[in-house]
Amino acid sequence: MNPFNLAAINFAWLPILPLITVGIGAIVVLLAGVRLDDEESEGLGWLSLAALAVAFVLTLGIVGQTGVAFAGALAVDSFSAFFELVILIAAAFTILMSLDYAGENHLAGAEYYSLVLFSALGMMLMASAGDLIVIFLGLETMSIAVYVLAGLRRRDPRSNEAAIKYFLLGAFSTGFLLYGIALIYGATGTIKFEAIRAALTQPMMSNPMLLLGLAMLLVGFAFKVAAVPFHMWTPDVYEGAPTPITGFMAVGVKLGAFAGFVRIFLVNFGPVSMHWSQALWVLAVLTMTAGNVIAVVQTNIKRMLAYSAIAHAGYILVGMTAAGPEAGSAVLYYLLAYAFTNLGAFAIVVALERRGSVGDLIADYRGLSSRSPALAGAMALFLLSLTGIPPLAGFMGKFYIFAAALHQGYTGLVVIAVLNSVVAAYYYISVIVAMYMEEGGIDTGRLARKPALVAAIGLAAIATVLIGIYPAPYMSAAANAFNSASGEQAMRAASLNP
Amino acid sequence: MGGGIGLNHFLLLSLIIFSLGMVCVLTRRNAIGILMGVELILNSANINYLAFAHYGGAKYDGQVFAIFVIMLAAAEAVIGLAVVLAIYQNFKTIDVDATETLSG
Repeated sequence: MNPFNLAAINFAWLPILPLITVGIGAIVVLLAGVRLDDEESEGLGWLSLAALAVAFVLTLGIVGQTGVAFAGALAVDSFSAFFELVILIAAAFTILMSLDYAGENHLAGAEYYSLVLFSALGMMLMASAGDLIVIFLGLETMSIAVYVLAGLRRRDPRSNEAAIKYFLLGAFSTGFLLYGIALIYGATGTIKFEAIRAALTQPMMSNPMLLLGLAMLLVGFAFKVAAVPFHMWTPDVYEGAPTPITGFMAVGVKLGAFAGFVRIFLVNFGPVSMHWSQALWVLAVLTMTAGNVIAVVQTNIKRMLAYSAIAHAGYILVGMTAAGPEAGSAVLYYLLAYAFTNLGAFAIVVALERRGSVGDLIADYRGLSSRSPALAGAMALFLLSLTGIPPLAGFMGKFYIFAAALHQGYTGLVVIAVLNSVVAAYYYISVIVAMYMEEGGIDTGRLARKPALVAAIGLAAIATVLIGIYPAPYMSAAANAFNSASGEQAMRAASLNP
Repeated sequence: MGGGIGLNHFLLLSLIIFSLGMVCVLTRRNAIGILMGVELILNSANINYLAFAHYGGAKYDGQVFAIFVIMLAAAEAVIGLAVVLAIYQNFKTIDVDATETLSG
């Protein structure tokens, strides 16, 4: 083998160019911030957006390539490209929401934007992982940055509490994940996904070490995606963290965690699905039901959206339980629809929030339609999409997931999921009722002076409608992404295991 | 592999340390105490990686993994201590129960 094979080197570097761009962007933002006051930090936000945009274009450039890079450590396929694009969009929305917010709330500028970029880097790394080390590295890069972001309002006791809860439970779950990975490494003798998949197709693969490893890995991921009963931290952390960061956690962290979750379980542990699909079934039912039922009694919009995010993780777990290519594509589509809808909803919460946390109560939304019809209309749109009202994106996502689960014979699970959607309609629509049919609430302030925030809300609203009424291209991209991960893996596993 | 010590001994040791870490995390209310429990859990996983790498063949994946875990455990400890310090400045205690202000 020629060590100076240029073609090989080029191929190895090309797929990580987006990752490198985001990483360099984060470092440049941090260094540039040294010389700026916090009041001038808006420029750093635009710099971060530029880095994300460059990474986005570079990722578009490698769409369609398949293979592995860095001796199998990175998987290059449409799956990683799909998730990287959505993660970059989520990070960009977060920064758009933060441009005014960070200044108003005296959040230190450079660290803020830099940590968002580092966290996005971790998420992208998880999406393109080719072995378990990279999954772990990506997860930690993402999580450590988000721990800090959650606690960035250092003088605010609620932000402190969010950070310590998220950190301690996150570190604890990382321990589970690591121990699980260690047992899987022991059982299969490898940490490379393709070799694990090849090893799992051998008939002997139901030894207790592997099963224990799978269970612990599942617990680790369940913590990260906030599945019940591993969700205790979610509402407190979502309420205490700065609001744009809450949106980033609800969307970005979920995207990253589900990217790893889907790639490990649906794609690479597919051969042993009989060992984990029942556990996922139970997790899905608990997550949907607890999330929706507890959301009903919430009075704070951030807590309500936190329980709503838990419930949506439950719907996604329904798709993962069903497994197979149809459900896998549906899960990817759902994540895309969920990302835009939830980012939009959180952008509105940012818009209505005054300094501190005034404006976070659902009661503050009363009569919003008369004070600010556009905001109320956009919020209603996002809430209806989260409920799953056609023709919005949320409806199509639920439709694809439920259809896939039905085709796999999970009728009972789909019935529970549909009943849950009815419960969900109650608390989403009660916010709409408050906005349109009740009086009171608080003044919204001068939104016209926040063009970036308005742009974020507008773009999210357009995407929510567009992905819903014209789902075909997004669904085919999702299907393409899922199949490229599983198809490639199957081919490579077959070649390793003649 | 002399002295009659084999893979199972290491796995047992790791399991004991993991359990101690679990108990520590679940029973301590002092934030630093919980952090120590987490470190125990991470290091019990490290023992597993090294044992599997040593007894499972010539692959170095396990050793490499352990190095990454050590590095990230250090990063995590830094963040953890910074968060604990911020808590101390606001609450004058590092008892995690004292920070309960959010609920619902």
